Amino acid sequence: MLALCFLQAAATGADAQSSGSGAGTPLQQTVAAALPFDLNVHGFLLGIGTGRVTGEQPPGGNPFALGEERARFNVTAEPSSGGPEVVIKGDLLYDNIGNAVDDDLREAYVTRSLGPLDVSVGRHIVTWGVGDLFFINDVFPKDWYSYFSGLPMEYLKLGVDSLRMTYSSQVMNADFLAIPFVTSDNFPPPSRFLMFNPLATLPNQRQSEPATRLSDTEVALRLYRNVMDSDVSLYFYNGFWNEPFLERNRLISPTTATQFYPRLRVYGASMQRNLFDGVVSLETGYYDSAEPNSEWRLLAGYQREVWQDFTAGLQFYGEFAAHSKPSPDSLVVAYPPADQFISTRLTQLLDYQTWTLSLFAAYSPGHRDYFVRPMVTYQATDRLSVYLGASIFGGPKSTFFGEFDGSDVVFLGVRFDY
Amino acid sequence: MKILGLSFFVGPLALLFVGTTALAQSAPKPAPAALSATQIIEHEQQAFYYPGATMKAKVIMELVTDTGSTRTRVLTLLRENVPGGLDQKYFLYFHQPGDIRGTAFLAWKYPDRETDRWIFIPAVNMVRRIAASDSRSSFVGSDFMYEDISGRNLDKDDYTLLREEKLGDAECYVVQSVPKTPAEYTRKLSWVDKRTFLPRKEEYYDAQNQVARVFTADEIQNVAADERGTKSAIPTVVKRTMKNVQSGHRTVVTYQNVEYDVELPDDIFTERALHNPPQRWLE
Repeated sequence: MLALCFLQAAATGADAQSSGSGAGTPLQQTVAAALPFDLNVHGFLLGIGTGRVTGEQPPGGNPFALGEERARFNVTAEPSSGGPEVVIKGDLLYDNIGNAVDDDLREAYVTRSLGPLDVSVGRHIVTWGVGDLFFINDVFPKDWYSYFSGLPMEYLKLGVDSLRMTYSSQVMNADFLAIPFVTSDNFPPPSRFLMFNPLATLPNQRQSEPATRLSDTEVALRLYRNVMDSDVSLYFYNGFWNEPFLERNRLISPTTATQFYPRLRVYGASMQRNLFDGVVSLETGYYDSAEPNSEWRLLAGYQREVWQDFTAGLQFYGEFAAHSKPSPDSLVVAYPPADQFISTRLTQLLDYQTWTLSLFAAYSPGHRDYFVRPMVTYQATDRLSVYLGASIFGGPKSTFFGEFDGSDVVFLGVRFDY
Repeated sequence: MKILGLSFFVGPLALLFVGTTALAQSAPKPAPAALSATQIIEHEQQAFYYPGATMKAKVIMELVTDTGSTRTRVLTLLRENVPGGLDQKYFLYFHQPGDIRGTAFLAWKYPDRETDRWIFIPAVNMVRRIAASDSRSSFVGSDFMYEDISGRNLDKDDYTLLREEKLGDAECYVVQSVPKTPAEYTRKLSWVDKRTFLPRKEEYYDAQNQVARVFTADEIQNVAADERGTKSAIPTVVKRTMKNVQSGHRTVVTYQNVEYDVELPDDIFTERALHNPPQRWLE
């Protein structure tokens, strides 16, 4: 199998690595010396299987929601004499369910430092904001399918094809992105995950993506600095919702449901600082959107290491519609509705941090939907780790987590780092 | 991401310095007569964390179980003393193992309050603060806790000079530290080298008055320093071990390529450097 060959090759190379900063095997060193640039290749091999546990299956579906082998390559190359750096992070994968080989380009960019300014062009994964699994000012697309299926947490984030500029100074730091090609959230496809569609009964189902026009270029800006021992950020975003909304073609007896991505502006702020041996996080944002509705988002979190190797975090996240009722002649279905959640993350490390037990749970007191993610990870050696976890959904079908009710899964992953 | 807490290899030890200034002196001087226990520990703490205005080292940590299986962490450590006080800044960048390669930590340490700490996770390009406690948090699963490495506030313990004793080839003060409020240990014995004020050995006792952990300074080398044009050589602990006596697990820390007083730009200790660490300092 492909994976086994990679495993053997990586093991040979990996074991020969010196305790230096990845000097590599003699072959790697010879190759490196011959090239006029510094090349680094690292990555991992990952095998994962995700099985359904509720007995429900999507039509034509499979007891498995995911079964993949992935080979990740993280490549960085920089001319030895200095200059722009090239970074490429991508996966080659084999999808056992679809019986297909695929590639997943995570990041690919060229970056150059010019004094206090860094300029970068290509696909970037960017993470903003201070929330735990709830996002206000992180306006970048998410891959909920990968995350719910049990792929490592980094797969929750999707890269954006963009021009990125960061500027740093004593007075103010800035992170700016211009994203001409819109990337939207990746939700589980109906063949893999049961997902609720409030307009499923309509005969015509359409999808509409934002057009690739220069005038539709998304813009995101973050300004940040340290203020009185706190990390303070201000955010601005002008672009589109990452999650789709549904629009009926008419109010009375609609026949067509169109999935589309309305325009969106976000103005926000966040703060994070030490407090009483822990870290407090606050974030807010105003989602300015004609369709479906504008809303306020608020987040407050606190995290503390309660005893050695045990960290507990508590978080409140709320979405509040800016107008009390949606406009009665709106064709857009405001779904899922604005919701509030209380969430907790508990993490216990054991045996010199070789075992990680973690539990993430989010519950909405108002709409009663919930999501639970328990997980156990065992680091067998420095290179090999195994994890077992689950995604458990519940609540009314018309809510963000409840719409996946029936798609509860258990997953097992094995990972080899090289 | 397994790293909950941070611990900083603050620094190979410097020579003694006389008086209460925070500046590390370069040449060993004979200790003045009749130092009190508190003064000895104060000298030891000052010498331990503040040698050189800046420091750069490649650090190799080996976590060894009682059966001999080893896990290895390799990182680059950069430190600067903030002029005009006792504040310090640290930047750590991990080279190994693979699952944390490229992870970086930043810490701003203050003598009178909890350290500000940030982590950079390269897979998602994210900088976050981390919640960790100096007294409870273990660094990457090692036997070292923050306090063992980055310092415990001098005022938290009561000190008694028990005796003077020769340990190996070094004349040492043997000082007992007893925490004023419940801590990870009930008492600690330190063998502090009279000439260099390096701690040569430390024993940590648990609630049953059994030795729980033992620290030893295994190898000492002179490292060149050049503070404000004054050249000197600072005896530096380049190999140290912390052993958990009860579990048999031990952590061996080796410093390679230690340099003092390198011209580190101050913006290395900022969020920008976490996202984009200056490669020339990471070799």
